[in-house]
Amino acid sequence: MNRREAINRVAWIFGGTIIGGQLFLEGCTRPASTTDVAGLFEKDQMDFLGDIADTILPATSSPGAKEAGVGEFIPVMIRDCYTEEDQKIFVEGLNKLEESANKKYQKNFQQLSAEERTALLVEIDAEQNEYYATKKEEEPNHYFRMIKQITLLGFFTSELGATKALRYNPIPGRYDGDYPYKKGDKAWA
Amino acid sequence: MAENTYDAIVIGSGISGGWAAKELTEKGLKTIVLERGWNVEHIKDYQNNTKDPWEFPHRGGRTQEMIENYPVLKRDYPLNEKNLKFWVNEQESPYTEVKRFDWYRGYQVGGRSLTWGRQSYRWSDLDFEGNAKDGIAIDWPIRYKDIAPWYSYAERFAGISGNKDGLAVLPDGDFMPPMEMNVVEKHVSARIKEKYKNNRHMIIGRVANITQPHHDRTNCQYQNKCWLGCNFGGYFSSNSATLPAAAKTGNLTVRPFSIVTRILYDKDTKKATGVEIMDAETNQTYTYHAKVIFVCASAFNSTWVLMNSATDVWEGGLGSSSGELGHNVMDHHFRLGASGRIEGYEDKYYYGSRPNGIYIPRFQNVGDDKRDYLRGFGYQGSASRSGWSRNIAELNIGGEFKDALSEPGDWSIGITAFGEILPDHDNKITLDKEKKDKWGLPVLSMDCELKENELKMRKDMTAEAKEMLESAGAVDVNTWDSGYYFGQGIHEMGTARMGLDPKTSVLNKHNQVWDALNVFVTDGACMTSAAAVNPSLTYMALTARAVDYAVSELKKQNL
Repeated sequence: MNRREAINRVAWIFGGTIIGGQLFLEGCTRPASTTDVAGLFEKDQMDFLGDIADTILPATSSPGAKEAGVGEFIPVMIRDCYTEEDQKIFVEGLNKLEESANKKYQKNFQQLSAEERTALLVEIDAEQNEYYATKKEEEPNHYFRMIKQITLLGFFTSELGATKALRYNPIPGRYDGDYPYKKGDKAWA
Repeated sequence: MAENTYDAIVIGSGISGGWAAKELTEKGLKTIVLERGWNVEHIKDYQNNTKDPWEFPHRGGRTQEMIENYPVLKRDYPLNEKNLKFWVNEQESPYTEVKRFDWYRGYQVGGRSLTWGRQSYRWSDLDFEGNAKDGIAIDWPIRYKDIAPWYSYAERFAGISGNKDGLAVLPDGDFMPPMEMNVVEKHVSARIKEKYKNNRHMIIGRVANITQPHHDRTNCQYQNKCWLGCNFGGYFSSNSATLPAAAKTGNLTVRPFSIVTRILYDKDTKKATGVEIMDAETNQTYTYHAKVIFVCASAFNSTWVLMNSATDVWEGGLGSSSGELGHNVMDHHFRLGASGRIEGYEDKYYYGSRPNGIYIPRFQNVGDDKRDYLRGFGYQGSASRSGWSRNIAELNIGGEFKDALSEPGDWSIGITAFGEILPDHDNKITLDKEKKDKWGLPVLSMDCELKENELKMRKDMTAEAKEMLESAGAVDVNTWDSGYYFGQGIHEMGTARMGLDPKTSVLNKHNQVWDALNVFVTDGACMTSAAAVNPSLTYMALTARAVDYAVSELKKQNL
C-alpha cells in the first residue's frame, strides 16, 4: 500500500458512509468497556449475528457470511474497535432488531424464514439509510449500519470471501493494465 | 577509548543515513551507524508481509487501544494494525505542539525508508533557482548541474522505474523500465495532452520499485503492500539495499538503541571529535569518536542533535550562529483533489496490484503560465474499478447485492495535489526544555502554519483538478479537501538549510555545518526550499555527493 492507496482506503472503506467519523480517524479518549459486549461472544449470540450477516450476504454461487465466520468476527470488532458509546448502541440495536421481528412477524429473528429475514432487514436498512441522510455528525450512529459495514469488511476479507466471492492472488508477479474482463468475472480481493 | 573510534559516524539509518553508510564504507572508511531504535532485519522482521488479510484480527483496522496509545498517528492513515511496529512509540517520545503538527516517525533501523511512498523525482532548475528569482528566503548554493550526476548515481543503485518523458520541469533519470498505466489512465493521459496542447502531462509515477532483478533483489511482484516490508526486496529501503551493500565491505558497524545526545565539539580546532550517545535500553552513556560525522537522523531530529551540541560555545547549539537553526520548516501540503467516473471500458480490468500511480507534474508558474501565488503543485493518482465497499443504491441486502459486490464496479480516476510550501523564518521548531522524553531528554516544540501563498494555492489545487478531469472526459467529478496540518505530508524539510553565506544558513554547498566542517547534514534538514515533488531521491543524491566531497577532503587532510 502506498499513501494514495491508504488515503483511498480510509476515505473509501472507513470514511464517508462508515460508522462514526471518529471510529477510524479520531477515536475516543474513554477506555473501551467490555462489559456490554462480553455477551456478544456467547455462542448463541454469535450464531444470531451470523444469521443476520448471512441475510445481508447469503450463500449464492459462493459461501455466505455465516460460513465465512462473520458471526465470530463482529464481536471482536465491536469489542476492540468501537467506542463505548457505539458498543452500547450496537448491543441495544440487537434488541431493537428482535423487537422489529416480533412486531412484524410475532417471532424472533432466527425463527423467521429466509424471505422474512430479508424483508425485515431491507426495511431496517432503508430506515438507517434515511437516518443517515439527515444525521448530524454529533448525533449517534445507527446499529444496523455498523452491522452491515462489519459484515462487508468481515466477509470480503475472510478466507472464503476473498478466495470464493472474489479472486485472491497474493503474489501476482506482474502487472497488466489492459486485462480482459467479461461480466461475471470476480473482482480482485 | 580506542575501540570506540571509527573513521566516520553516521547518525540515523533511514534513507539518508543508509546512503551515507554505503558511500563511506565503500570508500574504505570504518563507519559506525548509530540508530536510536530497534534493529529491523531485512525479511526476518517483515512477518506481516506474508500474512493473508484474514490473519489480521481487525483486518488491518485500528483498535481503541491503538487510538489511545497513538494520539498523533491516529490523526491520519498511518495508524493500522499491519505495520504498527514501524512507527514510533509516542508515549516514550512526545513532543510539543504550539500549533497542531502531525509528526509521523519511524524509530528503527531503516527508519521511514521501510514505509516511504517511494515516489522518486528529480528537481529541476525551476526549483533550485526559485528562491533567487522570487526573492524568497535565500538562494540555493547549488544548481541542477551540480546534483544531476548524483541523481544518476542514486537512481542506478536504488533502482527507480520510470519513463523518459522529456519534460523540462521533471528531468528524466537513469530509469529501469517504467510500470504500465492501465487503459483508463492511458485514455485520460492522451486526453489531457490533447486538451492542454502538450502543456500538461499525465505520466506513470517514477517509483523506487525495481522492474528488473537488481543486485540481490527480486523485481517487484505487484503485491502493493510495500509498507509491511518486502521479502523480495522489491522496493528500495536502507534494509534492502544500502545497509547490505555497506555490510558487504566489512567496514560497517550498526549500533541500534543508540540515541545520540550531542556532538562533541572542540572549540580550538573548530571541529567535532565524536558524539555522545545514550543506550536506549540501559540509559548508559557512551562516546564514539571519528574524523567525520554525518547527521542523518531525519530533519527535525538532526536539528535536535545540533541544538544540543556545543551549547557552551553557542547557546542555541551547533549551527545556530546564523540564527536559522530550527527555522524555515517545510513539508508538502495536500489532502485535496478531485475524482470522477470514467464511462465505458467495462470489458477492461487489470492484473496485479501496482504499487504506484500516475503523476501530473507541476504546470503552474511554468513558462508563460502565471498564477496569483508562487510555485505550484503536482498531482498523484490512479484509475481503478471500484470494489466491494462501493454503494449500490438499489441493492442493499441479499444474494444479488453480494454477487454485484463480488464483481468490479465502474472505473473512476482520482488525483491528489501535493503542493510546495515556501520557507518562512516564522515556521520553526525549538527545544522545549520543560518537557522530557522517556530518557529525560528535552523534546521538540513545533510552531508552524500555512501562510497566504499556500492557502491561495489550495483553492487552485481543487479547481484545476476538477477542470482537468472533466476535460479528460470524467463524469460526476467531485472535489474534496480534507484539510491539511503541518507534518501530514511526512516530508519534513528545512531547519538547517544550505546556503552561500554562514550568516544566513546553517550548511554550506557541500552540506557541511559552517561552524564545524567535519559535520555534514544531508537529510531533509538541509533543504533550502521544498519544490513540489517528493524529496527522498534528492536526499540520496545530496548524501552521496557530500560523502564524495568529505572523503576527498579527508584525503587532502582538510578535515
